[in-house]
Amino acid sequence: MDLNDTPEQAAYRTEVRAWIEQNASQAPATRGRGDEEAAVAAHRAWQRRLAEAGYVGVTWPAEHGGQGKGPLQQVVINQEIARAGVPGILDAIGVGMLGPTIIAHGTDEQKQRYLAPMLHGDEVWCQLFSEPAAGSDLAGIQTRARQAEDGSWRLSGQKVWTTNAQFAAYGLLLARTDPDAHKHKGLTMFVVPMDAAGVTIRPLRQISGEPEFNEVFFDDVELAPDAAVGPVNGGWGVALTTLMFERLTIGAGSEGMGYRADRFAAAIASDPVAAKDPEVRARFGELATELLALRFTGYRLLTAISRGQIPGPEAGMGKITAVNGAIAAGDLIADVLGPEALDPESEWSYLISFLPGLKSAGGTEEILRNTVGERVLGLPPEPRLDKGIPFSELRAKERQEVAS
Amino acid sequence: MNFDLSDEQVLLREAARDAFGRVRTVEAAREALEGGELPDLWPTARQAGWTGLLVDEEHGGAGLGAIDAMLVAAEAGRVLASVPLLGHLPATAVAGGGGLDDETLGKLASGELRAAYVAARPGDDVDPAWTVEPRSGRRRAPAPQVARGGDGLATVNGTVCWVPDAVGADVLVAVGVDADGPVAVAFGPGAEGVAVEAASGVYDATRPLGHVTFESACGRVLAAGEDELRRAWFLAHALIAAESLGAVEECLQRSVAYAKERYTFGRAIGSYQAIKHALTEVLRRQENTRSLLYYAGWAYEDKPEEFAAAASAARAAGGAALDFAAREVISVHGGIGATWEHDAPLFFRRAQLSRRLLGGTGDAVDRLAGELLAV
Repeated sequence: MDLNDTPEQAAYRTEVRAWIEQNASQAPATRGRGDEEAAVAAHRAWQRRLAEAGYVGVTWPAEHGGQGKGPLQQVVINQEIARAGVPGILDAIGVGMLGPTIIAHGTDEQKQRYLAPMLHGDEVWCQLFSEPAAGSDLAGIQTRARQAEDGSWRLSGQKVWTTNAQFAAYGLLLARTDPDAHKHKGLTMFVVPMDAAGVTIRPLRQISGEPEFNEVFFDDVELAPDAAVGPVNGGWGVALTTLMFERLTIGAGSEGMGYRADRFAAAIASDPVAAKDPEVRARFGELATELLALRFTGYRLLTAISRGQIPGPEAGMGKITAVNGAIAAGDLIADVLGPEALDPESEWSYLISFLPGLKSAGGTEEILRNTVGERVLGLPPEPRLDKGIPFSELRAKERQEVAS
Repeated sequence: MNFDLSDEQVLLREAARDAFGRVRTVEAAREALEGGELPDLWPTARQAGWTGLLVDEEHGGAGLGAIDAMLVAAEAGRVLASVPLLGHLPATAVAGGGGLDDETLGKLASGELRAAYVAARPGDDVDPAWTVEPRSGRRRAPAPQVARGGDGLATVNGTVCWVPDAVGADVLVAVGVDADGPVAVAFGPGAEGVAVEAASGVYDATRPLGHVTFESACGRVLAAGEDELRRAWFLAHALIAAESLGAVEECLQRSVAYAKERYTFGRAIGSYQAIKHALTEVLRRQENTRSLLYYAGWAYEDKPEEFAAAASAARAAGGAALDFAAREVISVHGGIGATWEHDAPLFFRRAQLSRRLLGGTGDAVDRLAGELLAV
């Protein structure tokens, strides 16, 4: 059991640290309010600088502009970036999840066209999966793509919870292409240019007042015949690849979420009375136990990843621990600091407002527990009403039930 | 980075599982509640070399670390095996620091002599005093008073209650205080002025406890300093947490098996979210406890300044996990799970008593908070 770097990792860390020290003056401030366009431009330039140094997409194969390194090198970069207090890359979703999906399922032309600009931040990507009526039940999406005689596609529907859509060049979108097939069978993955005619992007403000996400509308948007990623009607398998990389990103990134016991301890210890108060200590000790467990579960996960194992659904449990631990921390800090903690300028106000939404992000706690219960513990699934019938009939059945 | 068990550690765990698996420990746990004899697992521990796990090789031990001790403790906990390692291992860790003659230490390593650790709790950021378990109540008792004499001997006065494995131990390693701070004193077989009273009203028969009184008792001063004596206290916490992890795993496995085969309203009860989500919560707590035990094992060797926090977190997580898992295994089984004939109550009894030993899990939670808030 050893948390220290191997000599090879230590050398890499030294190199990364030196590079960040030399270049930190070029890093933009961590994103705040103000001129978003200027902030995005600065962040984009920072990603390009990192990419040119070889610190973006380090786990991507070299033939696609990556470094062909292991996930632990990525972790070293994440840790050094966090240590220096500089921002990471602008397009973590593209580089971490969508690029690897294209590498796994895309055509040679798609890889040629999209990967390099993604890596350098010249073209930011967004993930167009969730819909107002399909989140946990992702295969229930209704955005429809129809193929014309000439092979081109027409796209209509709505996506939601779309991070970075307001400045993305492309989106990876899951659409229904055969409504008469079973719900998982009639889906296809597409590349969608976000500046295409018929695409409308609206910011979606959260509890904090900040627009963390967007909703994106597609009104008869035309897509080229070669816009599909992976087989037509084989989109579910492509989506599963993306979700696997999402778990990997979360697994490798749990250190960087900022939900750390020592950070919350500092806020509470700033009040010496609170630091000696038995009730505060009991509550803090409980949540610190959870957050420490999260951190060291993360190291176990990284060990497995570094041996080439792919994290299973149990990795999702970390999100449950993280979110609930951070909620308890925000609650305790507000109890200690009083109304000041809820001042809109306070980092705690933002944390407290942000967490209720995070509870549903990347899978609700309930759906994660279903998945873990079935796939990890081997418990039988809930009875389902959507098995073995075409998606179109399922929708009709649902509407009928609501009407009665 | 490598945050996983080594191949040797996996073998150690498997060997411990095999060894305990050859004895009907769970049945014995029930029978012991009605006055039955518990199987003597000390020869098993000696044969496997667990008695000298924390003693260096020079003195006949295996020279292994806390994580290895925890792996054995977890396997004992899985089957409620009554093996007096919770008393013996911290005692040998203290005695290994010097002050004891080589022959006695060698006998402790081989298990020819069995030791018990008469623990004192290190002071914290709120109260610096070293204290011991009281007979009852929230007020902790003062640690035994040590008066050093010549020749490395000392006279000890005081009482320590609820001491694991003290009854029948050949050697007691007691932690007391003198004007300079904590001191460890060892008492050999039949030492004068030492009285060990078996605790009555046993809730978990697999966990023998004793009340130890020193009345002008003369023992040998050990070399272990304050850091080592702090470490021993938290080592005992980590071992209790490890026992809990094994018991949680057993409770979860039994719960899942039953939830697959028991049907209500035409469905296996494990298909209901109410059951499924509760059992995933057991799994979440189980894995969190395991991660914190690895943390404690790693800190014991490589990050001693974090061992108190790590072991406290493991104790807090493990105690709560076992309480939750033991209630779940009863609840999943329905009414039958709360009957005397069922095994679930034995795990429940283990959970309730273990959570109250050595300051209890509440104290571990407070300690973790203190460690993190004081920085």
